[in-house]
Amino acid sequence: MSGAEFVPLSLTPMLIGIFVAMACALPGNFLLLRRQALIGDAISHVVLPGIVVAFLLSGAVAALPMLLGAAGAAVIAVAAIEGIRRVGRIEPGAAMGVVFTTMFAGGVLLLEISDTSDVHLDVEHALFGNLESLIWLDAFGWASLLDPEALAGLPVELPRMAATFVLVGAFVALFWRPLKISTFDEGFAQTIGMRTRPLGLALVVVSAIAAVAAFDAVGSIIVIAMFICPPAAARLMTNRLETQVAWSMVFAILAAVTGYVLAGYGPLWMGFDASVSAAGMIATMSGVILAIAAFAGPHRRSV
Amino acid sequence: MIWDALFLGLGYNATLVTIGAMLLGMAAGVGGTFLFLRKRALVSDAVAHATLPGVGLAFIVMVAFGGDGRSLVGLLLGGAMSAGIGLLCVSWLSTRTRLAEDAAIGAVLSVFFGFGIVILTVIQAMNAGRQAGLEGFLLGSTAGMLRTDAIVLAVSAALTLGLVLLLRRPLTLASFDPEYASASGRSIARIDLAMMGIVLAVTVVGLKIVGLILIVALLIIPPVTARFWTERTDHVVAISGLVGGFAGYLGAATSAAVPDVPTGPIIVLISFALFALSLLFAPQRGVLSSFLRHRSFQRRVHLRQGLLALAQHQPIYEGLTMRLLKNAGLVLADGVPTDAGKARAAKAMLDEARWTIVRGDQSYEAAAILYDGLTDLETLLTADQLQDVDARLSKPHGVGA
Amino acid sequence: MSVELATLNGQQADRTARADSPLAIRGMTVSYGQKPAVFSVDMTIRSGAMTAIIGPNGAGKSTLLKAALGILTPLAGTVTVLGKSVAQMRDHIAYVPQRASVDWDFPTRVIDVVMMGLYGQLGLLGRVRQTHRDQAMACLNRVGMADFATRQIGQLSGGQQQRVFLARSLVQAADLYLLDEPFAGVDAATETAIIGVLKGLRDAGKTVVVVHHDLSTVTDYFDDVFLINTQVIAQGSVATTFTQENLQTTYGGRLAGAQMDALSGTLG
Repeated sequence: MSGAEFVPLSLTPMLIGIFVAMACALPGNFLLLRRQALIGDAISHVVLPGIVVAFLLSGAVAALPMLLGAAGAAVIAVAAIEGIRRVGRIEPGAAMGVVFTTMFAGGVLLLEISDTSDVHLDVEHALFGNLESLIWLDAFGWASLLDPEALAGLPVELPRMAATFVLVGAFVALFWRPLKISTFDEGFAQTIGMRTRPLGLALVVVSAIAAVAAFDAVGSIIVIAMFICPPAAARLMTNRLETQVAWSMVFAILAAVTGYVLAGYGPLWMGFDASVSAAGMIATMSGVILAIAAFAGPHRRSV
Repeated sequence: MIWDALFLGLGYNATLVTIGAMLLGMAAGVGGTFLFLRKRALVSDAVAHATLPGVGLAFIVMVAFGGDGRSLVGLLLGGAMSAGIGLLCVSWLSTRTRLAEDAAIGAVLSVFFGFGIVILTVIQAMNAGRQAGLEGFLLGSTAGMLRTDAIVLAVSAALTLGLVLLLRRPLTLASFDPEYASASGRSIARIDLAMMGIVLAVTVVGLKIVGLILIVALLIIPPVTARFWTERTDHVVAISGLVGGFAGYLGAATSAAVPDVPTGPIIVLISFALFALSLLFAPQRGVLSSFLRHRSFQRRVHLRQGLLALAQHQPIYEGLTMRLLKNAGLVLADGVPTDAGKARAAKAMLDEARWTIVRGDQSYEAAAILYDGLTDLETLLTADQLQDVDARLSKPHGVGA
Repeated sequence: MSVELATLNGQQADRTARADSPLAIRGMTVSYGQKPAVFSVDMTIRSGAMTAIIGPNGAGKSTLLKAALGILTPLAGTVTVLGKSVAQMRDHIAYVPQRASVDWDFPTRVIDVVMMGLYGQLGLLGRVRQTHRDQAMACLNRVGMADFATRQIGQLSGGQQQRVFLARSLVQAADLYLLDEPFAGVDAATETAIIGVLKGLRDAGKTVVVVHHDLSTVTDYFDDVFLINTQVIAQGSVATTFTQENLQTTYGGRLAGAQMDALSGTLG
């Protein structure tokens, strides 16, 4: 395939997919080990009501208010889950189920009863995203990567996702030790003066930021898959946290690349002339990777 | 119009769907209770999302065999099959690998759903221009339903409810005390299988009414709501069924009466409203009553400890304790006990000593288990028993330095 | 002596005792719901001594320790370490939790667990140097676990896991050691190793507090005992406090005659 075709049409969506996958899989490692894997599921469901409310308040489909709305909804959801769990003495899974279904239902209802028919805002888009559409029209080939004029026309999702990944990475790097210690042994972490509650909340908020930034580009389904599948597969490969995180990054990139390629070209190879959902295919590939790790990973069984 | 809907006056189809939603809500409420008590509520979320590829594949298969792919029974059967496979994956991952069940649920949920999306885009490409209408399975849509489909839904909801009620007893036993159930010769694996069968049935029947994203709410919210009102398993089951049935009925009726309101979200929101009321106002486990009880308990503890410190001539280190003592007129502003304070302190000291004896003697076990540090023993023991305790009080008590 | 004077003297004495004690608890109540697990407990640990916290199951032993450390929030009560707050004295306290409280499937090695104890020194981003690794290895050596440094923690036996926890607390170089049931479910070799290390700490002037359940070893292992059954029953030296009468009161007459007979040789 030539650069003239690949760079404008496939390079940016693929890179965005890679950044999304890595930004979600990185905090996903800790969520997995904390038995909070489904927080990603809950967060990505409440993104919809967040952006609907933001749209109704701001009256426009603009990136910033929507990101804020989604992030706000994620924080409200996490607070509500924690609150219901504590004051209602309900197990976390059930509390999560109550909160995210209710908020999602509220979002759908708001969407239906308010007049949003003329804007590109619907449930399906929130679920599947549209990764394929994030093309780089100003590019003509590999040389465009050095051309400031062409670079100015990059889809805004690419720098946004790259920045999100840097932010998530910085958080994990900075708080690596507290995250590791408090995930392993929370009581001990408290006795050495760590504020484990705020730290746990910060982890969830950072995950929410990754989910919110990602969902606009790729929809929620890929977000949930990337929070869980690459870290879960990585856990089956090793018994060291450092190695697990490295594997999860490898798997995230692998799922993004193979998923994107198969979605775009797979049907062609099979003789169809259309492509299938890239977000769905990336999620599927992460599942295939997990399945392989579950059958053959060197540390798939617990001791 | 809403009144027409509530009293089932909106025509034959809408009436069937409303009744079906009510029966489904009851079945989900009852079946979900067992899931909730076994602390596996979110397994249903994986099951629900895992229906999507099956629905899509069933459509493709039916088209391939020359149909138009819209047979509701066929689509639901496809959904049931892929959901069953998803369920197997969840249990295989969580038992055969080191992954915990929550990770297995999340993985199956997202991967199956992602694969379902892939299938949906394949269908879009297959019959461009012709709507397959499968999006209706995401959020539920009961508007404009065919007569036969409405009948299928109402009948299968009734069958599901019947199945749940039939399996009620063994499931109650297994969710309340799995070890006892297996000791008494019931296979937990079989009962779990039955439970998952119910979840599967509720999910599949609910696909068209509530949609696969929100069906999980029907299985979770009613039991959680019911749990606030009672400590008895059989009552949780009954209340949960009522809550689910009410939400299903009211939601489907509202949706039939008000255009553009999808059935699933409205049913979920009605369930949540019932949940929120219960969370706040339930008499025993509700937030309001537990907060008030906790605060009064804390105050009684502080007061008691303040009195004990006074009696032992110890300083009081906590501000709240001192404030409560002052407000009760037991100490003066400078912290010196009043006469009433001295009397109450002496009584508190006596109570503590009596309790120590009661709790140290097995013959008072019935009273000892009621110990909360606050209760007066006079209310628990007979005069004779109290005399016996007091007699032992005067004996020297070997408390070391 | 007037009541007021008695009060004044009592208060002064208590303030001094609190300032001198490496762990002093006053008026501690912790409740789960409306049922107190620990009620109105005063505890004064003697500096440089090895103290056992003893009581029946559900008597609030672990709860008391966790509340003292701030892991649980008490309903009432104050905790001081040498007269200062626990938060101020964190670096001087090492805590060994119950084995069951940890995720043993966590992907980490023995040496990494011990290094967690160095967090106080290293902070968020401090570089791990060879001296730190040497310290950790030395502590593993003291508990006889140096050969297992690179094993995954889940692969160890219960006793070995307990020794790794102890090594992690040793590397903290604290003055006050709090251990929650360190001898529960461990093999004899581990028990010997642990008690040897703890006595070494005591002899080096450190204070050791252990939640303990095995009455038969109390006189061999400990200097002081703290008997609790939700309320404090008694506290003091083993010789004066570890008596048959106090034990019967603590255990509510639930110690069988045979158990008491077996103990009678060891009772103070």
